[in-house]
Amino acid sequence: MFETFGPTTLRIHLEGLSICEKVVDVTIADDRPGGIVLSHLTKSFGDVQAVRSIDLTIATGEIVALLGPNGAGKTTTIDMVLGLSQPDKGSVTLFGMTPANAVKAGLIGGMLQTGTPVQYLSVRELITMMASIYPHPLDVDEVLHLTGTFEFAERPTTKLSGGQTQRVRFAVALVADPDLLVLDEPTAAIDVEGRRDFWNIMRKVAAQGKTVIFATHYLEEADAFADRIVLMARGRIVADGPPTEIKARVGGRVIRATLLDVATSELSTIVGVTNAERRGDAVTLACADSDSSDRALRELLARYPGARDLEVRGVGLEEAFLELTADNDEDADDGLGFSDDGTKGHGLG
Amino acid sequence: MKNLTYLRFEILRTLRNRRFLIFSLVFPLVLFFAVAGPNKNVVVEGIHFPLYYMTGMAAWGSMTAMLSSGARIAAERQIGWTRQMKITPLSTRSYFTAKVLSGYMMSIFALVALAIAGTTLGVRLSAVQWLTMLLLLLVGLVPFAIIGIMLGHLMKVDSLGPALGGITSLFALLGGSFGPIFQSGVMLNVVKDIPSYWLVQASQSVLSQSGWPPLQAWVVIVVWSLAMTRLAIRVYRRDTLRVL
Repeated sequence: MFETFGPTTLRIHLEGLSICEKVVDVTIADDRPGGIVLSHLTKSFGDVQAVRSIDLTIATGEIVALLGPNGAGKTTTIDMVLGLSQPDKGSVTLFGMTPANAVKAGLIGGMLQTGTPVQYLSVRELITMMASIYPHPLDVDEVLHLTGTFEFAERPTTKLSGGQTQRVRFAVALVADPDLLVLDEPTAAIDVEGRRDFWNIMRKVAAQGKTVIFATHYLEEADAFADRIVLMARGRIVADGPPTEIKARVGGRVIRATLLDVATSELSTIVGVTNAERRGDAVTLACADSDSSDRALRELLARYPGARDLEVRGVGLEEAFLELTADNDEDADDGLGFSDDGTKGHGLG
Repeated sequence: MKNLTYLRFEILRTLRNRRFLIFSLVFPLVLFFAVAGPNKNVVVEGIHFPLYYMTGMAAWGSMTAMLSSGARIAAERQIGWTRQMKITPLSTRSYFTAKVLSGYMMSIFALVALAIAGTTLGVRLSAVQWLTMLLLLLVGLVPFAIIGIMLGHLMKVDSLGPALGGITSLFALLGGSFGPIFQSGVMLNVVKDIPSYWLVQASQSVLSQSGWPPLQAWVVIVVWSLAMTRLAIRVYRRDTLRVL
């Protein structure tokens, strides 16, 4: 077995075999020591089953979103991944190690939901202090530039805006130069613009081949940034797959309009509409995503200029989650036929 | 403590915290000048009063400085920073070592400030006497370093402030920082079992020629240190296992 972490590229030079030199790239996705393995992970707090026996394998270099509403078990899962709490049952393996050992080896960078930077230090001092703790930290200036904290690096940590604080906290996680970055709702406290900035920075960092796990309850974030979305609800993984797949499940749009004298069968023929219903004068058209709802809306107006009281809204994660979990609760193992295949083997290539 | 950079910033943070500076440095100084100033030429039972009062303030000030590390731990717990540190390679031992060392640093500052204040009121001691006093005080502070850690994990920031004020005052009062409160009898024997009594005695070692503190002093310090360590470990475990 190769003593390497994660997918390994072997470059094999086949010289002297033929007239030309051949380079063969072989990618080995080893699921043994590489990556992150959660198996039968279970945690309860009193009567509340926060995490119910989840299995999840994440390959090195993957960017995975844990998506779910509040109370889905995302934070509990993350705490166990980081070794901050112990599972009641099951285990977590990070790069072949226990969480505690991976943390000790400086392989993990984490951004928790709480964790306001300590006071009486400037941003630069804080990052320098944190860098000193790790065996192979990044250069402090590099981290400051990368996270966009350089321009306020001399300011005290207590004199920052919400977005700035968030970036400093990200710098704290990043200065370790970790193999695994774990971010628990990293954009929860910041506005839309700050959120966009944050993910732009994050994208640069992830390009360096780090494994990233982040929790969020914004589908847009998960979709825009992750390679893979793990959908959690009520302590279980209810879906797991590439963003397009998950989006199709939970990202639906609904168009409502007041429209008289048009049959639903006729409305169903509008491109992008997956289902049409009528209640009195009102019609409801379901669409898979915002692209198709945009298209459907245009066609609707073109065909029926008399349509009034137009309204387009997202189905909403909560609704989608509830639907998914309702299915799942009846038969935890294969309600969707998804959580079993989906949890393993994705994105290994 | 391998990581000197971490320690340096820990001390820097302590020094920049003005509230603690006031409590552990300024208060004892103010009290010293207020009480010993008007009595700067008084000699009681052959002992120069400012020297006597300085030793009491030294015990109180250094103890307050040491216990303030507990308040810093509680503050870091409250903002979730303790959890952040737990996902770094910094060991719990190093985390506490830095806290204790910065507590000692503050204690030494308090002692130096009082020594200088004493000198201005005519206190004169030999270098050996100053050094003996300092070293004995540093040993006497060990139980308080552990009590600080324990309190930091036991209480919330808001309640810890007043609690520290009360605890240090009580310890100082019973220990005799503001003057001996029991000359003899049962109560004297009781206060002889608390570490602040011996902290004050350590400070007052320069007043007499009796030399080093008796065996009882060392026993009290060791027993308290061990007992507080056990308690601190229990409190720490309970605190870190709780749901956040």
